[in-house]
Amino acid sequence: MSESIIQMKEVNKWFGDFQVLKDINLEVKEKQKIVVCGPSGSGKSTLIRCINRLEEHQKGQIIVDGNELSEKTKDIEKIRAEVGMVFQQFNLFPHLSILDNCTLAPIWVKKTPKKKAEEFAMKQLEQVQIADQASKFPGQLSGGQQQRAALARALCMEPKIMLFDEPTSALDPEMIKEVLDAMVNLAKAGMTMIVVTHEMGFAKEVADEVVFMDEGMIVERAKTNDFFANPKNERTKLFLSQIL
Amino acid sequence: MININILKPTSSNFQTYLYIGSALIFLGIFDVFLRSFFNINYLTFLPDSLNLFFPLIIGLIGLQMIRLEYSGNRLVDKINQNINNNSFNAGLTLIIIFLTLLIIPPALDWMILEATISGDTKEACVATEGACWTYIKVWFRRFMYGMYPNDFHWRINTAFIVLIAFAFVGYFMRGKLKNYITFYYAILYPIIAFIIINFLISGGSFGLEWVETNAWGGLSLTFIVSFFGLIFCFPLGMILALGRRSELPIIKYISIGYIEFWRGVPLITVLFMSSVMFPMFLPSDAFVDKLIRVIAAIILFEAAYVAEVIRGGLQALPRGQYDAAKSLGMGYWKMQIFVILPQALKLVIPGIANTFLALVKDTPLIFVVGLSEVVGMLQMAKTNPKWLGYAMEGYIFASILFWAICYAMSKYSQYLELKYKTER
Repeated sequence: MSESIIQMKEVNKWFGDFQVLKDINLEVKEKQKIVVCGPSGSGKSTLIRCINRLEEHQKGQIIVDGNELSEKTKDIEKIRAEVGMVFQQFNLFPHLSILDNCTLAPIWVKKTPKKKAEEFAMKQLEQVQIADQASKFPGQLSGGQQQRAALARALCMEPKIMLFDEPTSALDPEMIKEVLDAMVNLAKAGMTMIVVTHEMGFAKEVADEVVFMDEGMIVERAKTNDFFANPKNERTKLFLSQIL
Repeated sequence: MININILKPTSSNFQTYLYIGSALIFLGIFDVFLRSFFNINYLTFLPDSLNLFFPLIIGLIGLQMIRLEYSGNRLVDKINQNINNNSFNAGLTLIIIFLTLLIIPPALDWMILEATISGDTKEACVATEGACWTYIKVWFRRFMYGMYPNDFHWRINTAFIVLIAFAFVGYFMRGKLKNYITFYYAILYPIIAFIIINFLISGGSFGLEWVETNAWGGLSLTFIVSFFGLIFCFPLGMILALGRRSELPIIKYISIGYIEFWRGVPLITVLFMSSVMFPMFLPSDAFVDKLIRVIAAIILFEAAYVAEVIRGGLQALPRGQYDAAKSLGMGYWKMQIFVILPQALKLVIPGIANTFLALVKDTPLIFVVGLSEVVGMLQMAKTNPKWLGYAMEGYIFASILFWAICYAMSKYSQYLELKYKTER
């Protein structure tokens, strides 16, 4: 619990003239669980998309597991393979069955033999309790099942870090819990997690620290209990009063 | 309109109206039927103009009489909803029915009843007014094989049968072999096809006499040109489509330039260039067969269209698919091959089928460089002094051939669409 697995130093990013990230400094240690919250448009999603370089930052330094991310990074695929990601819109591959969704990357990126990949995938699907849906196609599943399948797919790459980009925002209320339960289990198993979410219940239950962002800046970062009990910044207080 | 209320049915008297109306409609249609098929006109006592429009008028009155919403009769409801919802549509329906009835007898007469197929010379057709299918019969081998020597037609037939057999190999690939199915169809099969056509149809070795490509022709040439056109323009178009969306500026602008250039020139000029200009750029001792040049020109030309169709499919995919593939550590090619292209190609099956049908129907244009596929042979046959005056039969024959080929392709594309349909 000492070495930082993710380090962001003075990270800045612009979309055209609009600055989405302003001097972001963030360190995440191994096995730490961080929840990022804040109003929409505050740059939360962009922040975690920078960590696996789905977005490119223009200034500053991002180091993931000892590798610096920049234009010069050659094996970006290798780094991405170690960083799993779950998206708001699930983004399962609709032309493949759930099992094939889970084994595609292990087989072709990690060169795992097909049989072994399938066994491991089934284990992951069991973990999220949709092993019985393995041969179905994404379109035949409910939103909650799809999101759990997406989680299993990411876990099949055996990532060191998991990023969650508002994983429950596109779900019906009754399905949110099943996805959150799967995430809680993952957290208890000791995964390093960065979660962008509005689910404050989830934050209170699993997060070590909460980061509050507004207008592209990290306004406040605190231990979970402190964050909810006595937020220091006025902006945080306002946000919490609205969301809780 | 006069008396319109009398003609309006109500639900209480609808049965009566239905009987009278149906009788009137039937009378109108029956009258036209008699006039058309048996040349009988029972209404000569009427003034000429009324005589002509009588069936239309009583038909319209009849349709007016049965026009009632929710009549309770399913057939009548269906008619009322679709073809009898107002007087204008009712009139159009009747006119179409009448025209069909009027066209059938002469067409039938010409094509079948009065037509000739006996004999081997033009004389067999002189006596009749109908179509001269003898002409097609006599020229049939030319329409199929062009000027290819009669004795060697078995070589073309064998080549095509072998090619079809090889096309079905994919169905028997099981287990581990199945992974190579794309490789087989994309790379191996075209090579096999080329070798077979080269040795069997072109000849020149294994004791088979060499037949120069100028003599090839007819429907077999249509097939050869379309076949190579289709299988090569597809992968090339795919690469161009990816190229146009590439982030590397050089590749992107080369692709854009290529696509816009080939889309901007007419096919006929491209074919001219391939046969007239292209040899000038080659060293004098180098020789590329005319047919190969023409096929290459068609491939390069159609690839630009295929590229744009596929690009449409690529753009229809949500960005999340790219994100998901990248986040799993897939590189560019793995992402394209396993995630993006399978979805994009599925989306563009109708568009690709469109382009391929156009390609097949564009093949007759190769006549400009002196190659005569089936329409080209038709042109040759119709200007033959012994067989002047039978162009109509020839064109109908060619239309039926092309229609059959294109309809089969269209059906196959629909089958593929259904087969690869998944819910999103």
